[in-house]
Amino acid sequence: MEPLLEVKNITKRFGGLTAVDNMDMEVFPGEVVGLLGDNGAGKSTLIKVISGVYHADAGTIFFEGKEVRIDNPMDALRIGIETLYQDLALAENLNVYANIFLGREKLKRFLGLINVLDHDYMLNESKKVLDRLEIEVPSLKNQIRTLSGGQRQAVAISRSIYWNAKFLIMDEPTAALGVAEQKNVLDLLKTLSSQGVPVIIISHQLHDVFSVATRLVIMRRGKKVAERITKDTTTDEIVGLIVGSLSGDYGDGNDDAKETAQVGKETSSVDEVQEGK
Amino acid sequence: MMDNKNLRKILIGIAGRWTLIFLALEIIFFSIFGINYFSLKNLQNILLASTTVLLLATGETFVIVTGGIDLSVGFMVGFSGVICAKVMVTLQAAGASQAVAISSGILAALLLGLLPGLVNGLLVAKLRVPPFIATFGMLGIAYGFAEIICNNVPIMGLPTSVGSIGHGYLIYWLPGKIFAFLQKPENLTRLELQNLVSIIPNVTVITAIVIGIFAFILARTKFGQHTYAIGGSMDAAERAGINVKRHLIKVYMISSFFASLAGVTYVLRFITGRAPAGSARLLDAVVAVVIGGASLYGGTGTILGTVIGALIIGVLEIGLVNLGIPTYNLYIAVGCILIFAVLVDQFFPELVRKE
Repeated sequence: MEPLLEVKNITKRFGGLTAVDNMDMEVFPGEVVGLLGDNGAGKSTLIKVISGVYHADAGTIFFEGKEVRIDNPMDALRIGIETLYQDLALAENLNVYANIFLGREKLKRFLGLINVLDHDYMLNESKKVLDRLEIEVPSLKNQIRTLSGGQRQAVAISRSIYWNAKFLIMDEPTAALGVAEQKNVLDLLKTLSSQGVPVIIISHQLHDVFSVATRLVIMRRGKKVAERITKDTTTDEIVGLIVGSLSGDYGDGNDDAKETAQVGKETSSVDEVQEGK
Repeated sequence: MMDNKNLRKILIGIAGRWTLIFLALEIIFFSIFGINYFSLKNLQNILLASTTVLLLATGETFVIVTGGIDLSVGFMVGFSGVICAKVMVTLQAAGASQAVAISSGILAALLLGLLPGLVNGLLVAKLRVPPFIATFGMLGIAYGFAEIICNNVPIMGLPTSVGSIGHGYLIYWLPGKIFAFLQKPENLTRLELQNLVSIIPNVTVITAIVIGIFAFILARTKFGQHTYAIGGSMDAAERAGINVKRHLIKVYMISSFFASLAGVTYVLRFITGRAPAGSARLLDAVVAVVIGGASLYGGTGTILGTVIGALIIGVLEIGLVNLGIPTYNLYIAVGCILIFAVLVDQFFPELVRKE
């Protein structure tokens, strides 16, 4: 099976600091991949490269089998990569539907002269997508600042769904939520992957990641140190890999044969998981 | 508890419309205590006197909605004014017709007036200089260049038609006899001249049209929506694919366009170009925007609100003149209003940011 997204040899430096160091990663259709690592391991930097916020200093990105250039967030959105950040990237002074359509506003002709915002259209379309995801918000005309954390998360997710995300990246989606709201978001995530939309999830809450992710990628100091199939590993092993008490698979980086074998094995495992569904 | 909630609701309702109520109270107050205050002529005088503040404040609204501020507009009025006057005088001396000289002067002022806005925008958007610093620097630069252009003396001897445009009206009406547009009727007797009613100054027509266009842009278009989004969260705007840098540059250019237009209307009204013209209006302009409901933290504000804010200042100013109270009191009042408005915004944001 072809990976939907494949990044190869991605490197990103900030001055003297190498935040992401020669990183490879693949994501297959319908997968939920947990990207794990301690603070400063380079997880957020990597996804910001994929979503066009940062330019990689080296490396290539393949999407749907083709090499793509992602120079800015709009490029990423155009090919179907949607990213939800910790801070959700909502404009709090705008209302719900304005945020769902932010940057891609629906326009209509005014007096045949000038394009103006088509509020009715945006309101109705937003209503449809919220209903489909069974999300309740007091009013779509309410400013985001009047909504709760879970409601904001729901708005951000609806936005990606509305724009037919082919690929979703979520950075700490449950961090700011209450217990009940966390469960809703994770359920929503499972629904997405069952519809074939793969998700990369970054979270410090291992319990959340284990409950939704089919595969785990562990980063340490900018490098990928290991990949594991979730059902074949334990939280103890993962914690060990994150903090560095276990050395990982690519730690020394000179055993190419081993690395290839490992990747090949995991790919077939993923296929088994797919078939098993 | 219920009473408390209702009271709160009523207070927020009043707060949302307090500017309009305040403006009406002002007009009623001065109409009662002033001399001939509530008359067509005086109300038109208020609009004329408010021209510079109205224009500067409209441009400033765009900048403040993005969370920035443009301090350069104070001396931008003089800068574009002296360019306008200089070009007119030079072309006239070179033998150009009045029409050519005047239109070239206006065009040159409006085009060159975009330059400081472009530089402000580049500094703020690309080089991340705080708007306060970038535009404060530009304030001094614009003033220096203005003085160089006019050699430290007001530029006089402009084409005579400048005055007839600047002092002209849209409609002239002699009850029962004449009804003319733009052209002032000639060969009138002294009595007829006394009875001639002039309705809506040309300068006010220009001001109203341009402000109307930009009010529409801010309220109804994608450009306006993105302006609010940037003020709400620059990050969110950027990640939604909005070209924030280019947008900010445009916003600072809009502000300097309005300052230039204010400079041109100054030349039309006073038939001279002066470097310090309109510089004292910077404070009024920012205050008008803030009174109008914009937050200096960005994300809120409307042109309609700003226009009401500017009129509150204009009505007060002419009212004080009418009552024979020295106008420097106005500066104290306006300064106090600014600080008060910002304090309200900081401590009672729900009063400013309507839900």
